[in-house]
Amino acid sequence: MRSAVLTRPAMRLGRRKVHTYVASGIQNQMSVLKTKIDSSDPEFVQRSQAMKDLISELDQLHAKFALGGSEKARQKHISRNKLLVRDRIASLIDPGSAFLELSPLAGYELYPGEEVPSGGLVTGIGTISGVRCLIVANDATVKGGTYYPITVRKHLRAQEIAIENNLPCVYLVDSGGANLPHQSDVFPGHEHFGRIFFNQSTMSGKNIPQLSLVLGPCTAGGAYVPAMSDETIIVKGGGHIFLAGPPLVKAATGEVVSAEDLGGGEMHATVSGVVDHLVESEPEGIARMRQAVAMLNYPKNNVTTADPSIVAEPLYDPTEIDGVVGDNLRVAYDVREVISRIVDGSEFAEFKREYGTTLVTGWSKLYGHPIGILANQGPLFSESALKGAHFIELCKQRDIPLVFLQNISGFMVGSAAERGGIAKNGAKLVNAVVGSGVERFTVLIGGSYGAGNYGMCGRAYSPRFLFSWPNSRTAVMGAEQLASVMSTVGSKNAEATEKLRAQIESESDVKFGSARLWDDGIIKPSDTRRVLGLAIEASRGGRRTVDHKNFGVWRM
Amino acid sequence: MVLRLARKYSSSAAVRSAKPLRSVMVANRGEITHRVADTAANMGIKVTAIYTEPDSELPFATEGPTNASIGSASDGYLKMDEIIRLAKETNSEAIHPGYGFLSENAIFAKKVRDAGLIFVGPPQGAIEAMGSKSRSKEIMEAAGVPCVPGYHGENQDVNFLAEKADEITYPVLIKAVLGGGGKGMRIVNSKEEFLPELESAKSEARSAFGDDRVLVEKYIAVPRHVEVQVFADNHGNVVALGERDCSVQRRHQKILEESPAPGLDLATRQDLWAKARDAARAVGYQGAGTVEFIFDNESGKFYFMEMNTRLQVEHPVTESVTNVDLVEWQLLVAAGFPLPKTQEQISITGHAFETRIYCEDPDKGFLPSSGKIFHLQKPTSGSPRLDITFESGSTVSPLYDPMIGKLIVHGRNRGEAINKMLRALDELEIVGPVTNIDFVKRILKTEAFGGEEPSGLETGFIPNHAEELAQIPPVRNDVYAQAAIGAILTEQKPETLTSAFFTAPPSPWTNIQNRKVALQDLTTETDPAEVTVWQVDADKFVAEVNGEKMDIEARLLPGNKLFFKTGLRQAVNTFVAPAAMPGASRLLHVFDQGRHNRLAIVEPEWVTVALGGKAGPANSVVAPMPCKVTKVNVEAGQSVKKDDILIIIESMKMETTIRSPIDGVVKRVPHGPGSIVKQGIELIEFEDAEE
Repeated sequence: MRSAVLTRPAMRLGRRKVHTYVASGIQNQMSVLKTKIDSSDPEFVQRSQAMKDLISELDQLHAKFALGGSEKARQKHISRNKLLVRDRIASLIDPGSAFLELSPLAGYELYPGEEVPSGGLVTGIGTISGVRCLIVANDATVKGGTYYPITVRKHLRAQEIAIENNLPCVYLVDSGGANLPHQSDVFPGHEHFGRIFFNQSTMSGKNIPQLSLVLGPCTAGGAYVPAMSDETIIVKGGGHIFLAGPPLVKAATGEVVSAEDLGGGEMHATVSGVVDHLVESEPEGIARMRQAVAMLNYPKNNVTTADPSIVAEPLYDPTEIDGVVGDNLRVAYDVREVISRIVDGSEFAEFKREYGTTLVTGWSKLYGHPIGILANQGPLFSESALKGAHFIELCKQRDIPLVFLQNISGFMVGSAAERGGIAKNGAKLVNAVVGSGVERFTVLIGGSYGAGNYGMCGRAYSPRFLFSWPNSRTAVMGAEQLASVMSTVGSKNAEATEKLRAQIESESDVKFGSARLWDDGIIKPSDTRRVLGLAIEASRGGRRTVDHKNFGVWRM
Repeated sequence: MVLRLARKYSSSAAVRSAKPLRSVMVANRGEITHRVADTAANMGIKVTAIYTEPDSELPFATEGPTNASIGSASDGYLKMDEIIRLAKETNSEAIHPGYGFLSENAIFAKKVRDAGLIFVGPPQGAIEAMGSKSRSKEIMEAAGVPCVPGYHGENQDVNFLAEKADEITYPVLIKAVLGGGGKGMRIVNSKEEFLPELESAKSEARSAFGDDRVLVEKYIAVPRHVEVQVFADNHGNVVALGERDCSVQRRHQKILEESPAPGLDLATRQDLWAKARDAARAVGYQGAGTVEFIFDNESGKFYFMEMNTRLQVEHPVTESVTNVDLVEWQLLVAAGFPLPKTQEQISITGHAFETRIYCEDPDKGFLPSSGKIFHLQKPTSGSPRLDITFESGSTVSPLYDPMIGKLIVHGRNRGEAINKMLRALDELEIVGPVTNIDFVKRILKTEAFGGEEPSGLETGFIPNHAEELAQIPPVRNDVYAQAAIGAILTEQKPETLTSAFFTAPPSPWTNIQNRKVALQDLTTETDPAEVTVWQVDADKFVAEVNGEKMDIEARLLPGNKLFFKTGLRQAVNTFVAPAAMPGASRLLHVFDQGRHNRLAIVEPEWVTVALGGKAGPANSVVAPMPCKVTKVNVEAGQSVKKDDILIIIESMKMETTIRSPIDGVVKRVPHGPGSIVKQGIELIEFEDAEE
């Protein structure tokens, strides 16, 4: 054999067209998405402007909500030597780090005649002493920091995120407790006030640290936030903890006592032992909290899956998404133009490109983290649903988190579709989503209608985070279709139908849903990359528990 | 080479008896040890350095092949017997005493020679003769070297003194023998004024010192310090290597030296050189020496002051313009070789300056400063010479002289040399102890100092121009911004740099990341500037300072560097953050366009409270540096006014007066005279002010 090899003419090797080495750069080139966008095209410019108008309106709304309560309430707050809630958070997190604020528009136009900016509660994920933490901070300038139903929901949603992602919780407490006129909607139910402390106890038991900094009143139920915490800091003179404040004590027992004597920091630190640290001022309390987090011995990024090499930004300008998408959900576009403006280096290794083309699937990286993307490119057919289920199975097998870019009018309808088993094939996609076990992230980039919402991991499917674009619309079906269905099934009252159409139209608006926590916040399309990056890192950067879930029965 | 040159003017028999040195010990510390060791090493001479334990981590104590400890006491460099014993133990043939310490100590020179070692310095007699002011004057007068005319005798008869004044010629200076602080001192311009002024001076001296004896001297209105470098061998050769002007002084210590002395005509210079050589010959001098003159800028006359029988700190300016290695000559002469050059072969080329870098704060009465050097960048443009004791990471000890090094430049002419010195000082960056670098730059930029014939060059230069030298432009707004942004960037740990939380711009919609910090310029101590910084991207910021809003791009680079861009300007500046300076967590340093901006983060009141201090004005005075208490002027219960002298301390061989910052009542004086205290230790505690 040996001599045979040796006698083979050398010339033949040179003539072979096979290459056994391909430079990795060339390999990656195959995944780089090309763009066909002409940013000077008048239609593009017009769509871009339409999106910018939506953004501009939201910008103003966010800026207004970020102020918190009324000018008078804020001045009163500052005059008591207190920091505004967002200033507290700014000084709590590491310099130069991002704060991923959640649902800032909560409470928008929710209570007729009352404005409750951000639900009177700022929640979000920030880095404190290098540790990703979930921060829950009352805004005392909004109705004294009292808990409206939306405040409770927002607080619970924040805790849910902390539980799912193993994030230490830092509570900046400055609240008058339940908002009494709304007490029936906040007090006794399963998802009401009591659940906050249930969650605290549960998390503490799962070694998810619970830390409180008491900056203002913690009355009645509110007293349990610091009391249920692992470690509590109180500001002398500012923070008060009591089950009943002086007026209620007087009413109940006739005892006349000052707030400071009843539940002041000095008393709790020296006598009751309800708090562990007594500080002289708010800034000192914040510094002590940073120290407390530094002492948690909590993992910083030891389980990160991110490739530490330099992260490549997308090749194309993310702000061009505005012109790709516009504000009209009927205008079709290639969703790859969106993907290429989100992922690292615009690289997207597409899976089953030629099959089930109304659902685009493939792998990319985001800030170095591998992700599997499912993006709608039209209604879901049987093939696209099957392809999606197959792709999710692969990501589960490989422990790759999923990103859903949802823009769906629904599953395909009609006799052909039904005969093709769209129901059972759609069910496979839903089954795959639920049983995938990996972290899921959903962005509503357009329509979110009907069962499409479910198949593409809507809110009910517990994505770790769900964000919406300004143009997105959520409803069981489009307002026009709904109105026409209504008139078909019975209602002949044109006026009632029109009223219903208008109602659906307004309820589909992104602000309507965001005000009710259907999402974790509205984001600008151009911010999608970094918001998703923050979300993925929050879920996979610190301590992580792998969910070894099984799929349900596949209906074949 | 040496032999061939020497044959021209020396007896070959003598040269044959000379033998190159094999080994030398440098009985000194710091830069001069390096200086001597470098030349000795080039000549193949084995060098031994000595060091005290406090100096044991400095480069001079580790770089050479042999380094011998002289013990833990800081005054080890003065321990003659110990030094000689170490020289013998290390087989050193010779001892080079450097400058200061034992360099002009006749007893030491004798002990060295008695021990059979070579003392690199002049003969016994020369040191002794020049060590006594009165005797040296007699010798000089006898040798025809002019001395400051004056009467220093015991005869205090007023008419006799008036006669003496006539002899001296007016203007004259009447000075109390025990005088000080200007008391009992009078300048008299004419004969008519003499008697009344004498009476007044005597009466003032009587009340101030209890002694009315006075002396009368020629008054020199515009004095300059001009000195001549001389060199002599034991073959009878004496040369002068040009002169130096060292008029810019503070606390009678030189700051800036140059050669040649500007504005002197050749005849005067040659006269100076001749008189200096005469002075050296008069005492049978050998080796390197400096003859110091006081030069009267108005009359053009000069008078002998003293002769320094050692290598001077400022010798490099002479080396720079003559292209002679003076240490090499010292070692040759000590070995018995003749001088390598004759007077005719010595030529002066161009102009040289030396700046002495002191650790002191010129803007606070030259208060000495010590501590760790966190950053040291040596200048490179124009290849300046830097003779320096320390390196980055070294600690400047309060036990020794505050001079940490010397920067020397050479130019074709004085103007070019000034420009080159300014450039080199711009590039010389020291973070840690406060230095005089920026102050010297201010001197160099004054009109009175500049030009080929400077108008203001005299020993009174610094007091004469005190106001101009105190003019410090305010720190620029963008420099405040650089400092604040640099500090924020420093907080961002490298391991976070692949994290989306740090590489992505901050929060969507509402950017809550604004950081407010108050920064105070430590040089001028003006009111702090409040800086607000919004980070809008990983390396993009908006900063607002004093009402000015700036868009800034900035990122940290390795080696204490900060890339900074705003408007049409960008630069890579040196930025030293608190994190790089353990123990100095409030200080920020920005070197921008050659200016060293020393800034302090103003501690918010809550920090003071959290650290156990009290809010409000200080109720105590603490030691500004590690020091020894020499005198306490107040006692418990005593009322003092603001600026009253409370206590006198000594550090780095300098006395510093601590004055009261407030009107108040002393509650406690914890440390009496002789106590050694650390920086920040309470010296005086006041009673709490009444509400």
